[in-house]
Amino acid sequence: MSATDPSRNDTPMRPVRRSLARQVLPYAMLSPAVLVTLAIVFLPMLQTAWMSLHEYVLFRPKNFDFIGLDNFRAVLADDVFWISLRHTLIWIGVTVPAQLLLGLVTALLLNQNFPWRPLARALIIIPWALPSVVIALMWAWIYDSNYGVMNDFLLRLGIIQSSIPWLADPDTALGAIMLTLTWQGFPFFSVMILAGLQAIPKSYYEAASIDGASTWRQFRHITLPGISGVLVTAVLLRVIWVANSFDVIFVMTGGGPGYATYTLPLYAFIKARTNLDFGYGSALAVTFTILLMIIVVIYLRRTGKALR
Amino acid sequence: MALKRKSLRRRILTVDLPMLAILTFTLGPYLWMFLTSITPEKRLFTEGPSIAGATIENYTRLFRTVGFAENLLDSFIVASGTVVVGLSLSVTAAYSFSRFSFRGRRVLMMQFLLINMFPLVLLILPLFVLMRILGLLDSHLALIIANSTIAIPFSVWMMTSYMNGIPRSLDEAAMTDGCTRLGAMLRIVLPLCLPGIIATGIYIFITAWNEYLYALTLGGRNVRTITVAVQTLIGEYEVQWGLLTAGGIVGAMPATVLFLLVQKRLISGLTQGAVKG
Repeated sequence: MSATDPSRNDTPMRPVRRSLARQVLPYAMLSPAVLVTLAIVFLPMLQTAWMSLHEYVLFRPKNFDFIGLDNFRAVLADDVFWISLRHTLIWIGVTVPAQLLLGLVTALLLNQNFPWRPLARALIIIPWALPSVVIALMWAWIYDSNYGVMNDFLLRLGIIQSSIPWLADPDTALGAIMLTLTWQGFPFFSVMILAGLQAIPKSYYEAASIDGASTWRQFRHITLPGISGVLVTAVLLRVIWVANSFDVIFVMTGGGPGYATYTLPLYAFIKARTNLDFGYGSALAVTFTILLMIIVVIYLRRTGKALR
Repeated sequence: MALKRKSLRRRILTVDLPMLAILTFTLGPYLWMFLTSITPEKRLFTEGPSIAGATIENYTRLFRTVGFAENLLDSFIVASGTVVVGLSLSVTAAYSFSRFSFRGRRVLMMQFLLINMFPLVLLILPLFVLMRILGLLDSHLALIIANSTIAIPFSVWMMTSYMNGIPRSLDEAAMTDGCTRLGAMLRIVLPLCLPGIIATGIYIFITAWNEYLYALTLGGRNVRTITVAVQTLIGEYEVQWGLLTAGGIVGAMPATVLFLLVQKRLISGLTQGAVKG
């Protein structure tokens, strides 16, 4: 790594006396962004960690008693925590692969030659641009138990016999929201994978088809290895993003019915927002972050290697 | 000739039709929302959404009685403020990352990447407490600060990647001609990556416009962004789907249009890092 060699950028003709200024300059230019992020990101995070060690309920602001790890002990003994953790795992385990698969198919199609390709490529990303609240609103309308088009559609096809209240039924609510999130997130995968596909040299395929390799074998031995880097990066990024995102759930069901659609970040948010229990909410947020950090560290190590 | 026709049919079966199916799935919900919004409220529950007898009554109601215009203004102020803060703070940082190598460069870059991975829920609680102490709750500034937690790291990364695309020899030539470092940055590098800066700014605008949880937690009666307004509609006008969907269309419009305008440049910037990595 060259970071230890500050003279790398210096042209040899520059006078020596300016080298001190040059050593300080990079840091000086970085300082506005670094200082502001310290103030508005890292300090608040430390404060969350600090709050998680206290009993702190917002409507009793005078009471800010240090209770050590009691909140965390309570978290581990909390049934709702385990329910939420289970939902978070299902949530990631279903949504991310579904997004990946649909995104991969879309990317492979968009990589073919057809006349309206530019149009298709532009339109496919629309879900990505929409605000989560609007996404939640339109899917809630689709799932509406009385007038929703989902019930109408499935009834006409004869797949279901009577209307299902998708979001009000504990058995279907989580699945319904996961479909919404798959819809929202797959364009990201298709865009990333498409960029990976286009980086594979055409000559590989030409050589393979001269050798008589079938389409499947070409996919298996040229395409998949060619996009594996992008796939891993995109999956890691998406796991982090999907795990973190709870705005769609919050608007669509608010976690209900019962605890049927609780995920960990949502539980932490509701604890703080509805019960104003900032101490316990912080402990939940910190616990969730620690779990998430496993994936984040894997991602950062990959990216860190690329930065070298 | 026969071969060509056969391959065309094959293409339609294996490419055009599946693509069309995926596009239907992608655009269907959005179009359905639009169709609902132009259907008169009375007919919505008897005949369902339809293009016949289209009306804009839901939209006029949205602005007359619900007061959506103010919400749009709030969203605009917050999103523009975030763009200004996000871009201005990160220009010099991006230049520094792109042009110098110094002790701690990698750690600092990773730090900016890390910020975007932290759960929002970890930040939202202390920011609420902080804004309450500072008396900033329910102000535009509070939302601009909150959105900057996402915007600054994002734009540092994007701009570093755009600046990396501009050859260093240009800076060096300018400095040989008597420019200072800052002069070289302002006069040479910034104009050259202006398209990238605009794309980054637009992406920040979209993200801040679409943001909901900060706006809900830190906003209030005075400052109610469009996303919170749409969500409030869901609560207040529970069964008036015509009005609700009109609100959804209006709320999503600016972000959608901007996204379609800059998607090409934006996506090349977003995917660059991933493809290399």
